[in-house]
Amino acid sequence: MNSNNIIFTDSSRLITESLVRAGADVFIGYPITPANLLYQYASKRYPVFMAAPDEITTLQWMSGFAVSGHIPVTATSFPGYALMIESINMAAMMELPMVIILVQRMGPATGTATRGAQGDISVIQGTMSGGFSLPTFSLSNAADCWEISAKAVEVAVKFRTPVILLTSKEEVMTMYSLDKSSLGPINKANRTFYSGNETFVPYEPNENLVPEFLPVTSSEHQVRFTASTHDKKGIIQNASPEALANSKRLHTKIVSNLKDFTWYDLDEQHEAETLLVSFGITAQACHEAVAELRNEGEKVSLLTAKTLLPVPPVYYSVCSRYKRVIFAEENLTGQYRQLMFGIQPPAHIEGVNEFGHMISPMHIKKVIHNA
Amino acid sequence: MHREYLHEGALPFCLGCGHTLIAENIDKALQSLNIPLLDVILVTDIGCHGIIDKSFKTHTVHGLHGRSIALASGISLSLTNPEKKVIVFIGDGGATIGLQHLIDSAHKNFNLTVVLHNNMLYGMTGGQPSELTPLGFKTPTLPEGNKIKGFDICEVVASTGASYVSRVVGIGNISEQLAEALSRKGFSLIEVMEICPSYAVKSNPGMKLRQVTEDAGLSVKVYADHNIEGFRPEIKSETQSLIDTMPVIPVGYRSERSVPAKILIAGSAGEGVQSAAELFARAAIASGLNVTKKGSYPVTVGIGFSASDIILSPDPIQYTGSPDPDYVIITSTDGLEYTAGLIKKMNHGVVYLDESLPTPETKATVVRIDYRKTAGARNAAIYSLLGLAKREKLFPTEAMLDILNQGKLSGKADWNKMAEGI
Repeated sequence: MNSNNIIFTDSSRLITESLVRAGADVFIGYPITPANLLYQYASKRYPVFMAAPDEITTLQWMSGFAVSGHIPVTATSFPGYALMIESINMAAMMELPMVIILVQRMGPATGTATRGAQGDISVIQGTMSGGFSLPTFSLSNAADCWEISAKAVEVAVKFRTPVILLTSKEEVMTMYSLDKSSLGPINKANRTFYSGNETFVPYEPNENLVPEFLPVTSSEHQVRFTASTHDKKGIIQNASPEALANSKRLHTKIVSNLKDFTWYDLDEQHEAETLLVSFGITAQACHEAVAELRNEGEKVSLLTAKTLLPVPPVYYSVCSRYKRVIFAEENLTGQYRQLMFGIQPPAHIEGVNEFGHMISPMHIKKVIHNA
Repeated sequence: MHREYLHEGALPFCLGCGHTLIAENIDKALQSLNIPLLDVILVTDIGCHGIIDKSFKTHTVHGLHGRSIALASGISLSLTNPEKKVIVFIGDGGATIGLQHLIDSAHKNFNLTVVLHNNMLYGMTGGQPSELTPLGFKTPTLPEGNKIKGFDICEVVASTGASYVSRVVGIGNISEQLAEALSRKGFSLIEVMEICPSYAVKSNPGMKLRQVTEDAGLSVKVYADHNIEGFRPEIKSETQSLIDTMPVIPVGYRSERSVPAKILIAGSAGEGVQSAAELFARAAIASGLNVTKKGSYPVTVGIGFSASDIILSPDPIQYTGSPDPDYVIITSTDGLEYTAGLIKKMNHGVVYLDESLPTPETKATVVRIDYRKTAGARNAAIYSLLGLAKREKLFPTEAMLDILNQGKLSGKADWNKMAEGI
């Protein structure tokens, strides 16, 4: 470490700073453990900070700010996220940029607020009614908190969509020593508004399938934002071909641009036949397990997923190169493994799972040894 | 009637529906107030009234059932130009499913006008009763009449201290009353009583709107007219970086530790366990080590145990869990209770225990030290960690003494003497 630049920090601080530097300018918060530090830092750092009376209001206020051209952020945990779901669908349908930080904790229901987990992948995958996806990024270390958080803002703006930043209790509440010179510069997300003279058509897509944005503060053009099924003008339709095409575009704009926001770390070892796949807090244990295994002479590769959803196709090509693929994730049944390979995955797709405890490097090694 | 804000042509409502009357009178009211077309932001939600968007030439935002007031509140909060006019159209169903939003927006006095279309039932879904359906009022799903009295929503909203609240009966020219609501500063609500021609008229033959309103005990009047300046959030033009303002910890010492050390310290809330652990962590960093620290405590932070997991390592730390600590420090009964299960399972390492506590069952080495007696309850945690650094040669105690003697704890105890004695 550079001995002149060491700070003692936590990831909540890095995430907050990164989001603000990338252009997020509003934080709406409803307190919930373990997202409280994000709330606390937000109250000092965002240009606008508002305390909402509940999580539905949180998402609605965020949407209100977004239609005026702001980039709002909130941080919550499963109980709050559950309340937000209909409103997240609204924001996605209106094509509003925003970032929702989901700090996972142990469920079900209230569960235990101060225990970590990685149990919300399925609920994020199922957030949107109809098979649509929300770009979802997982943060695995300090560098991710810094770099991926900023990229989340870029993706939200570029593709006019809510973005989920997925983390967990142990990540955002643990303090650690960090060389701050490792934190590179962050550019503000590039944002443009419609500037033409012709009538503004709110949902007319560009070549990226993303419509140009114009806030409701415009004095030149009428602007419409609509959550119900609508045509390009934003007029409610039952199921006209134009309106159906518009709704389907919400899906294609995300999946067809997925390569633009596919981020992962791949540490492949020559001749390895086993691949470990992980993300978030468990990826840290995997790094340690892999280092120890290699020291012991075992050959093993590691895929750390940062873009979780939609699942980048490259993850399948990486997995296909291995005789054994082991997903390590802190939930009962292996939500990400099942999402990629089904409820009954083929025998060579295995899982290391824990509930109520962090997965330890020891546990991972034990599963790998039990071939 | 000349339209400015509405497109020409028929509006999308059933014949005789009050929604048409409201839309036309809003146009008239806006004309009388001379508000520029694109200064108007109309926020609607789900219910027949919400399909009006396409008929308006203003900005329109169409959201979710019952959430339009919250959505409009967000818009209102985002606006820096006070000339902009945010108008919410909501029904009786929406107003009650989103009652929290209505009360919240009213009592915080956000700058917007709610036009509550109260037709006393859910018109879009087949005429089910709403929370505002009056006693005895019949609907297709309630042919025997409502057995529960609806409540006076204007009274509820006025009780929050809202800037302006009124009720009108949706018959004839109501543009003046609407203009009054639209012209008030802060939050205004105007409830317009209506009859649903499709579901209410057939179920309640011969019913007269004014009579129903009166029979329901709903006054047609202005409930509140305070004209209070609305709330606008603070917009900070500049906020300080959370990273640049963090104190850098200079590395002035050197640790001889070659392998990680996993430490758990457990004591009682209010006895400075967390701050001692953080201080210890900073001293380890000042000695060139990588450090992680977590805190554990009950949700009632002021009582019960307080514990902290600390990992020190000459190499970068990946996995931050420490299910099998090398050193456990226990400074109080709360701490012993919290760690009892863990200590029982330990088959290596050292348990440093306050002299006052009973020796627990464990295969770890137990070392008893008079932490509390020597340093007092408030400083026992710092004293124990000073001792750990020294006895286990984790890093020079000077690193910790520097922080103790220079910071806010300076002079609170004779730290140097404590370090020598342990």
